[in-house]
Amino acid sequence: MIWLDTLVQGMMLGGLYALFAAGLSLVFGIMRLVNLAHGDLIVLGAYLILGIGTATGLNPFVAAALALPLMFALGWVLQTALLNRVLGDDILPPLLVTFGLSVVIQNVLLQGYSADSRKLPVGAIESASMPVGPVTVGVMPLITFGSAILVILALNWLFYHTALGRAFRATSDDPVTAQLMGIRPRRIFAIATGIALVVATIAALYLGARANFDPSIGPARLLYAFEAVIIGGLGSLWGTLAGGMVIGVAQAFGAALNPEWQILAGHIAFVAVLLVRPRGLFPRAND
Amino acid sequence: MTAFLEVQGLIAHYGDFKALFGVDLTLHQGQTLAIIGANGAGKTTLMRATTGIAHVTGGSVRLQGRDITRLSAPDILSAGIAMVPEGRRLFPSLTVEENLQIGAHSRKGNGFWTLDRIYGLFPILRERRTHPGTALSGGQQQMVAIGRALMSNPTVLLCDELSLGLAPVVIREIYAAFPTIRDSGTAIIVVEQDIGQALKVADHVHCMMEGRITLSGRPQDLSRAAIHDAYFGVNHA
Amino acid sequence: MKTLVTGLIGLAVMVALALVPVLGPRILVQDLFKVLCLLVLALNWNLLAGFAGLVSVGQQAFVGVGAYVMFATTILWGWDPLAGVLVGGVVAMALSIPVAFFAFRLNGAYFAIGTWAVADIARLSFGQWRALGGGTGTALPRDATREMLGVDAVRELLGVSAAAAVDAMTYWLALLLASALLLGCWLFLRSRMGLGLQAVRDNPVAAQSVGVDPTRLKALVFLLTAFATGLCGALLFIQIGRISPDAAFSLLDWTAFVIFIVVIGGIGTLPGPIVGVLVFYGLQRLLSDYGTVYLIALGLIGIAVMLFARRGLWGGLIDRLGFDPLPLGHAAPQKSPRDIQEERP
Repeated sequence: MIWLDTLVQGMMLGGLYALFAAGLSLVFGIMRLVNLAHGDLIVLGAYLILGIGTATGLNPFVAAALALPLMFALGWVLQTALLNRVLGDDILPPLLVTFGLSVVIQNVLLQGYSADSRKLPVGAIESASMPVGPVTVGVMPLITFGSAILVILALNWLFYHTALGRAFRATSDDPVTAQLMGIRPRRIFAIATGIALVVATIAALYLGARANFDPSIGPARLLYAFEAVIIGGLGSLWGTLAGGMVIGVAQAFGAALNPEWQILAGHIAFVAVLLVRPRGLFPRAND
Repeated sequence: MTAFLEVQGLIAHYGDFKALFGVDLTLHQGQTLAIIGANGAGKTTLMRATTGIAHVTGGSVRLQGRDITRLSAPDILSAGIAMVPEGRRLFPSLTVEENLQIGAHSRKGNGFWTLDRIYGLFPILRERRTHPGTALSGGQQQMVAIGRALMSNPTVLLCDELSLGLAPVVIREIYAAFPTIRDSGTAIIVVEQDIGQALKVADHVHCMMEGRITLSGRPQDLSRAAIHDAYFGVNHA
Repeated sequence: MKTLVTGLIGLAVMVALALVPVLGPRILVQDLFKVLCLLVLALNWNLLAGFAGLVSVGQQAFVGVGAYVMFATTILWGWDPLAGVLVGGVVAMALSIPVAFFAFRLNGAYFAIGTWAVADIARLSFGQWRALGGGTGTALPRDATREMLGVDAVRELLGVSAAAAVDAMTYWLALLLASALLLGCWLFLRSRMGLGLQAVRDNPVAAQSVGVDPTRLKALVFLLTAFATGLCGALLFIQIGRISPDAAFSLLDWTAFVIFIVVIGGIGTLPGPIVGVLVFYGLQRLLSDYGTVYLIALGLIGIAVMLFARRGLWGGLIDRLGFDPLPLGHAAPQKSPRDIQEERP
């Protein structure tokens, strides 16, 4: 039964990784932008929740709700002031700009909050667990997993059942013709990045509630998230969830064998999937 | 008749290449204008410059007296000019119905053209409404592209090379919709390489060559020989 | 003629730099050693990203492998560390072959993530090598470096301690490596293959149609830069004297800094890395008292360069001068990316 337990733990972890990855997947799907600062933006979100919680004494869940509009605004401004200027055929400028942003965010957080580890105080729920079938699962990991499913469902609904989602897809297909429809791609991109940071904030809540964080952990989260996006296949949100599961389950089994092998096992699963399927598990047809 | 759309001395470049050398044209309310010319005559650049996709380097475009020369493509659409682009350019991620709906993306208020009226105009699209836009035949895709442009309820509709790559019977089917479109109050400019079709639907014809308008007139006033010369550049009019 | 003048200036600078261990203080030798190593890494990354279009975020893999192999040959097999440097370079190159097979299947931004993941795999795997201290790492035995080939000769020549002689040796080797790489880049970029590479960068379709095989050229560049990066890594860790997975495979030290150096100096230009490394060194000295502030400054400058002067300081200088003092044969001007045109001016 121990392997079943490991599998379930891995899937819960995969839910967290899918939350890290969903914003990336959204932005990449719409504007082919690889945001190397996404991990650091999640960490920034965690500090923002911590800051709001400390200042107001509110529960981290409520603090996160307050952080959502702020992070949306940050995404909007980031895209409008910075990223829209470097989007184009050449992939190098956006990569380098977001890479620079990653270093800046990390070190600004380091200046402001020092390298000490922090944690979001979620209270008694943190250690609570409940039986699910034959295995026992922590309540927080379960909430994380449920949130990941809900976020993917919500993003899918937005993408396929709203006018905004239609505009997202049209702009992704053909930005020039989209302008003939009255769509302003730069505005669409700003909204998309805003939404990506809203999802990043939700991810930040569970990141900070689950384990310690400090300003330096962003890049590693980004790497797991990207592995999930690439495994899942470009622009497919359910694929991203599946990719997160693959990384999470691989890491859980790696850790079960030897705690030092956790991260390694995730990376190896990533390489293995790509060797078999270079375009990921669920590639979009028209790419 | 009032001048609806007025283009004066329009100059535009395609990359470093000068594609338009001061084009003038006037479109009146309810009129259908045809622009004919060989490949590379500058017809498509004229369409793209008018709709804000290509960069205008000189001259002006006025719509109902308002200068729209340097507006962005979305602003020009809001002003009332919609385009059926060359090659149709449907969105592959969108279904037929979504492709039509997105035409109304920035439309405010109601107008003549609705999904139902488009389906009335091209009944086959109603049957194919849930298919991906690009899974349709060329002619049906062209119908979607026309419907999509109409969904913004434009005062001027630009159609770039509707007949390109389509069989004659399909072309006739598409042009059969034109009287209805004209009756809705929309002025039309069609850009065509197919001279016969252009002369049939238009009440005024311009012939373009090498970025200039070389011949203008009503179809019934233009001789075949004159059009032939202007088209192939045997003798500059 | 212009090439001759440039060559003579280069030679003079090299001679002056070669005399630093003879005339200058030891601390300067150590500082300049680091600068030269960063220059080597920057020249390599510029060749990859600026000319071959391979934006790797995993070059630290080859630094670390070179360093670890040098440690292994020295500690486990008792070889001369200098021989270990060579073996380190060769092993790094050998490793780059399977990495290329994997990473070349990914294009554009995926390539960046793929190489990064590979580097992290290398870091974690070498952390399992118990004989070299596992995750905490190990130190190079003092005697090993002091008994390095040529150290005695340098000691007598300069009349300095063994430790200073090791510093001088590694410094000269770094200078040699940097000079050889600079000359090699210049010759390569002017060669048929180098011109082919630039043609691929500027227009892949056209280049292919005139018979340039982009994948083979890129693979060649990837292999050669892995070799030079491995050599540099091994050399660096002779001087540092201590190894651990986190230090040897550091994304920040061996790739992030290098990327900023190249971007600020001028990506896709040959002198760019030199300019960038000087700016980096100056910034580090200037802001050394303010902790991580120089990293923030570095990031902001990198962003600003991408926004306002995409070809970096060197590219900006060329534009201002109106001519290129160090032309690369028929190097085509880098085209500015076509922005999605929305609001017209």
